[in-house]
Amino acid sequence: MTGLASRSRPEVPAPGSVGPPRRPYTLGVSTATDLDPTARARDILGVSRLTNSALTGWLHGLPGVDQVGCEARAAALSTRSIKTTSKAWAIDTAISMIDLTTLEGADTPGKVRGLATRALVPDPSDLSTPSPAAVCVYGDMVPFAREVIGDRGVNIAAVATAFPSGRASRAVKLADTRDAVENGADEIDMVIDRGAFLAGDYLSVFREIAETKEACGDARLKVIMETGELVTYDNVRRASWLSMLAGGDFIKTSTGKISPAATLPVTLVMLEAVRDWRDATGEMVGVKPAGGIRTSKDAIKFLVTVSEVAGEDWLTNEWFRFGASSLLNDLVLQRQKMTTGAYSGADYVADDAPSGY
Amino acid sequence: MSARVDVRKTYKLYIGGKFPRSESGRSYEVMAAPSGRRATPRFLANAAMGSRKDARDAVVAARKAQPGWAGATAYNRGQVLYRVAEVMEGRRAQLVQDVRDSEGLTPARAEAVVSAAIDRWVWYAGWSDKYAQVLGGLNPVAGPYFDISAPEPTGVVAVLAPQASSLLGLVSVVAPVVVSGNTCVVLASEDRPLPAIDLAECLATSDVPGGVVNVVTGRTAEVAPWLASHRDVNAIDLTGAAGADGVEWGDLELAAADNLKRVLRPGGSGTEAVEPDFEATPDLGRMTAFLETKTVWHPKGR
Repeated sequence: MTGLASRSRPEVPAPGSVGPPRRPYTLGVSTATDLDPTARARDILGVSRLTNSALTGWLHGLPGVDQVGCEARAAALSTRSIKTTSKAWAIDTAISMIDLTTLEGADTPGKVRGLATRALVPDPSDLSTPSPAAVCVYGDMVPFAREVIGDRGVNIAAVATAFPSGRASRAVKLADTRDAVENGADEIDMVIDRGAFLAGDYLSVFREIAETKEACGDARLKVIMETGELVTYDNVRRASWLSMLAGGDFIKTSTGKISPAATLPVTLVMLEAVRDWRDATGEMVGVKPAGGIRTSKDAIKFLVTVSEVAGEDWLTNEWFRFGASSLLNDLVLQRQKMTTGAYSGADYVADDAPSGY
Repeated sequence: MSARVDVRKTYKLYIGGKFPRSESGRSYEVMAAPSGRRATPRFLANAAMGSRKDARDAVVAARKAQPGWAGATAYNRGQVLYRVAEVMEGRRAQLVQDVRDSEGLTPARAEAVVSAAIDRWVWYAGWSDKYAQVLGGLNPVAGPYFDISAPEPTGVVAVLAPQASSLLGLVSVVAPVVVSGNTCVVLASEDRPLPAIDLAECLATSDVPGGVVNVVTGRTAEVAPWLASHRDVNAIDLTGAAGADGVEWGDLELAAADNLKRVLRPGGSGTEAVEPDFEATPDLGRMTAFLETKTVWHPKGR
């Protein structure tokens, strides 16, 4: 019982101790790195050689997603009323799950330093405000974030592999990843090749993820599926399983550059995938919705869904993240409202609008 | 032949250019002012009973609209506000009826009040491109500088509308706030909210951008403290504290002090709040209360 139980919040009972009995599985963090991913995939698929047709057969053998049911469930879960102490807990938890993000062509070292400073002190008027889990920047900006953050507990995530389009040769993508890791990134957010995925070349996507994972070394790998471009929930489910099979530590909805980005139904499908993956293999994989989550209300809906679909084990920033930039401000405003009892306003949080300088 | 079924009007809030119901789902009965020999109060309408969250939404809408409204040219603001007076004139019959019912006036008296209200709106609209010349200026300074003072809007203003004068009073407190580029959240008269909704309909059908004026109807004592303590509100007009049930304007001023809001105290002396006489021609006081003075020093070549 290493890993998971000690990583969960203390009040969460160990999995299996409450609720209906689950299938037995061995607990532990992702073991994907310990094993050649291709060998492991062969094992899981039960084939002697990993071919595209084997992958296709496996992925298309997954049950289809009931679109209407999925959207109805997401809508039902977003009607929960979360108030008072639960709300306070949810706000703090949501803040601690944020990957505070700036991914603009106009990012300057100054802006990245500012963002990193915000991550360390999200609300200067209330130092009890928790820090976000990470800052998320382009690979070349990692050193500037590191300058500010040092080793003070906030991770630095870098996007890599020709983010956001993913349109570059494998060699360039891997070099991009290694460069970000050498710059000191703790986490890598890669994009999958949606073109290859949609064309049915799953093996190429698999290899790319596996090789990127290898290039990451100790850094955790988040696999961005860009669900807005995958068109159907069935594809989202397949991309999730494919990413987990190839060794991703996190599956992430979107780059934030495409609309629709992180919708609740898409995240629900992904949460089902990580839940079923743990039942099947015993490994936990994280989920990161990114893009379009701007208000505390939205964030709380996601937390409810995490708890209901995947389970409480995922309610920590080790296994669930929000990719967001303006969400932090809204959460801080709500937090101020709860502590001071008066509605707060934009004058009392950092102005993170692009400055134009 | 059967009698036609009445088409009854639902009186709602006016927030961000839309007419939503209260998020709380509540409403309250509005009764006509007693007049003549009727003993029992006559039912007028159900008005939305706004909550603190409606006020919060209204402040968000006002904040969003503020830069655009303040950035419009003074000439344009004047035109837009004059257009409101035109629409009010077009809806005169409705305004007269609601003022009559709400305040218990005779038809002739109600006509006169509506005329005065429209004229008051025009009077303030005319100030939009004039107050800066009157209140600003070129200051003589002992140095090689141009020194220019110019009035600028304060920002988002919460307005407690007068409780008794439901239209003339309302216009007299709202127009001076918005003419200079402020946006406002108006808490309508508790017992006489209908003319405020009429005015909102006039605003919605003129060219005033959504969010510049937001109207919340409901219990003054319930909503006012939230506006007074709201840190994203820059100023508060406490005129409507006079005659409101369970409202101590001193407490509101205290709450407003938390973020150094500008406070326009209600009329009267001491702790007793008295509603002013809105018939009299106003001075610039209600405009200057919600203006900041920006002074610029500009070097003058030799």
